[in-house]
Amino acid sequence: MNNRTEGASGPQSVPALLHRNATEFANAPAYREKEYGIWQSWTWRETLEEIEALALGLIDLGAREGDFVAIIGRNRPKLYWSMVAAEMVGAIPVPLYQDAVAEEMAYVLGHCGARFVIVGDQEQVDKVIEIQDQLPTFEQMIYLDPRGLRKYDHAKLHQYSHVQDAGRAKRDELLGELTARQEKLTYDSTCVMLYTSGTTGKPKGVVLSNRNVIETSKSSSEFDDLRQTDDILAYLPMAWVGDFIFSVGQAMWTGFCTNCPESADTMHTDLREIGPTYYFAPPRVFETQLTNVMIRMEDAGRFKKWLFDICMAHARKVGPAILDGEPVSQWDRFKYNLGELFIYGPLKNTLGFSRVRVGYTAGEAIGPEIFDFYRSLGINLKQLYGQTEATVFITAQPDGEVRSDTVGVCCPGVELKIAENGEVFYRSPGVFVEYYKNAESTADTKDAEGWVATGDAGFIEEKTGHLRIIDRAKDVGQMASGALFAPKYVENKLKFFPNILEAVVFGNGRDECTAFINIDLTAVGNWAERNNIGYASYQELARHSQVMDTIQGHVEEVNRSVAQDDMLSGCQIHRFVVLHKELDADDGELTRTRKVRRRIIEEKYADIIAALYDGSTSVSTVTEVTYEDGRKGSISATLEVRSAAVEAIAQKMAAE
Amino acid sequence: MLDQTEGYTTEDGRKIGGVVMEMKNITLRFGGVEAIKDISFDIREGEIRAIIGPNGAGKSSMLNVISGFYVPQEGQVFYKGSPRPQMKPYQVAQQGIARTFQNIALFEGMSVLDNVMTGRLTKMKTGLWAQSLWFGKAEQEETENREFAEKIIDFLEIQAIRKTPVARLPYGLKKRVELARALAAEPSLLLLDEPMAGMNVEEKEDMSRFILDVNDEFGTTIALIEHDMGVVMDLSDRVVVMDYGKKIGDGTPDEVRNNQDVIDAYLGVSHD
Repeated sequence: MNNRTEGASGPQSVPALLHRNATEFANAPAYREKEYGIWQSWTWRETLEEIEALALGLIDLGAREGDFVAIIGRNRPKLYWSMVAAEMVGAIPVPLYQDAVAEEMAYVLGHCGARFVIVGDQEQVDKVIEIQDQLPTFEQMIYLDPRGLRKYDHAKLHQYSHVQDAGRAKRDELLGELTARQEKLTYDSTCVMLYTSGTTGKPKGVVLSNRNVIETSKSSSEFDDLRQTDDILAYLPMAWVGDFIFSVGQAMWTGFCTNCPESADTMHTDLREIGPTYYFAPPRVFETQLTNVMIRMEDAGRFKKWLFDICMAHARKVGPAILDGEPVSQWDRFKYNLGELFIYGPLKNTLGFSRVRVGYTAGEAIGPEIFDFYRSLGINLKQLYGQTEATVFITAQPDGEVRSDTVGVCCPGVELKIAENGEVFYRSPGVFVEYYKNAESTADTKDAEGWVATGDAGFIEEKTGHLRIIDRAKDVGQMASGALFAPKYVENKLKFFPNILEAVVFGNGRDECTAFINIDLTAVGNWAERNNIGYASYQELARHSQVMDTIQGHVEEVNRSVAQDDMLSGCQIHRFVVLHKELDADDGELTRTRKVRRRIIEEKYADIIAALYDGSTSVSTVTEVTYEDGRKGSISATLEVRSAAVEAIAQKMAAE
Repeated sequence: MLDQTEGYTTEDGRKIGGVVMEMKNITLRFGGVEAIKDISFDIREGEIRAIIGPNGAGKSSMLNVISGFYVPQEGQVFYKGSPRPQMKPYQVAQQGIARTFQNIALFEGMSVLDNVMTGRLTKMKTGLWAQSLWFGKAEQEETENREFAEKIIDFLEIQAIRKTPVARLPYGLKKRVELARALAAEPSLLLLDEPMAGMNVEEKEDMSRFILDVNDEFGTTIALIEHDMGVVMDLSDRVVVMDYGKKIGDGTPDEVRNNQDVIDAYLGVSHD
């Protein structure tokens, strides 16, 4: 057929991959969506027909090559098809975050100058109408769900199915044009433009070419042995690069099936029903699921609880080893199989993980307990490290080399280098083309040889070649002794304890590290209740000597773990205080996304920090607080400064 | 005679048809208490008609007269042009009238889906034997009705609770399930008894949107009782105002808002 190219060259664009799939896997399911209570599915051949009809309809509406087509809505096959249809007509799809407010959308739509917007429903239509006066280039909007839109002015508004119908009706007339446009697509033409979420400054449009997307999809699919028969659940935002690579890039490359949930609320039910074989979730999702399991087990009957406890203890002992193919005694294997029968199997089924062959988590550090819990059940959960600018994959963990503290080895085709200040640089076929209309930022991020700065500091373990990310590069410093100081690395270790909600570590340019700690009121309060410890306020509980003892135990455990690390052993915490108030975004101590603002905390609590370093055993302080209604007040408290045992570093050196 | 004049067009471009139901000089008594006194008004096809009034004004009684549950001692109800005889509830349902209740009346132990399916009962023709044996047309019929029920579930965005027993749901969702059950009967006239009572602002906004969408999407005529004046004025095309069983106002929201009797009834009047 027209676009099918065989041999070494292979398909050079996503639409070309679609044509290949429609021929090779014609009757295999390509997309499924749960609607009206049942899973509706489309084969690859039907998918091609649907996408072609839409592409023809877009040409009919006047879509030109090089146009930007914005796509806004929850994960639905029709929106994925919209992206591919846009590529077919030579336009560039730009998926947006569906929960963005109108002003944020105005910036992105204005920046790329989108002529067409394809949206899910009335909510998105309303947002675009609200801002259309600010968008001189905006011309036509296409919507999927006609509900509530009957009375709208349809001069600029079209229903998705009507656009497809128009495309089908004019097929003979326009197919030549569509074919010609597809043939012009090369490895270097733009495949998609994705906006970074913009935590620092305005969002930037990352331009990714067909080469970026196809090369990355190809190598990552081979890395994890993804198959045509795999199933994924598409539930993460369509504007996020990961979703594009999983649900479009890898799906098109390997021909597996993308399943879309019925709505955001039914995600867990749909996950169970589909039982994906390839699954991705940020640590937060795994954490919530684990908490739910534990709470429900607390409420279970005594026998069930007992069975769960002994089975999980055994799973923790041998589960990861079995998963990694390490030698395990026959007796342990037998016990593990029994556990599989009674606990692990049913539990995995409830969670929807029965069929998971490859699972990934990324985005932030995942607690080792959480990570081990899933792995001990026999779920092959791994970590990866990536960025929009890299078309996701920078490093990933190969099967059998999975650990909670690394992010894996270089993905195929990726080169890594660590700069003198510890910042991680990479170069790969997936490196983005440019930031759209922002040559300055492009030059700042990507040098002439194609090396891209990640903004993260890390190092490569000599023995294993695994990359470990320690912190954002700008937070990393040096201690007085010249040792590396990476606060977030230590803070994450502290925060993995359920009793610790937040931690701030100090020590940049000093001899020793110290820390502020916030207790988690839910966890510690629960513990106090079970142990008949009365308390009237957060402040009182935080000051309780038994709580202080517990926290000291946690800090010392972290110190032991930090001491194991050659590079960061200087970051052991010598002294700490448990703060009398929770760090709060209302007081400016945290960002709205709960990231610690170090500078502000250092200024505000300068007196406590001073006490941590001058050897005093307690410190009296008065702190201003802002209530939710904006009133200000102050709380005064006397805090106990505790010293924690540290491991001698010299000893470790001697041992080596 | 019945006013069958051609309808009108609303400001937002909806076509309102002729009169579908007319109340003529309705009086309803419970013993010596006159709940409704000589009230006349009509409901036109495709409109959203609100009945408002202070507590005890006789609104719910009026709704029960419209639904045929109460038979007025005096006056007559015309439905689609002809006087309506006394009817059993199932006959009312067959006529295309469905309602929700002020105090939720769902089957608490059954799932949301099953509750919605009960709304389809009048559409099922196969008998007890065929249904219990899953025989012949029964299976096909169930599939068709399930499909319709699913469309309603999708429309009201309650997919996530499809299999949840109603007893476990919060109040606001129960109200929505009740609306779903009423819609499953494909009514031409939908009666809503305080659909937003006890809801928070967000739930009210959701419910308002659903009511407008139902009217827009299915062309359903809606008669509703509501206390929240803001909601009533936003939603309805025409409003009847009742006080102590009497009609004190009738017209568009603007007309009613400026009616002195209505203002007095709601705000009280000084006696000097």
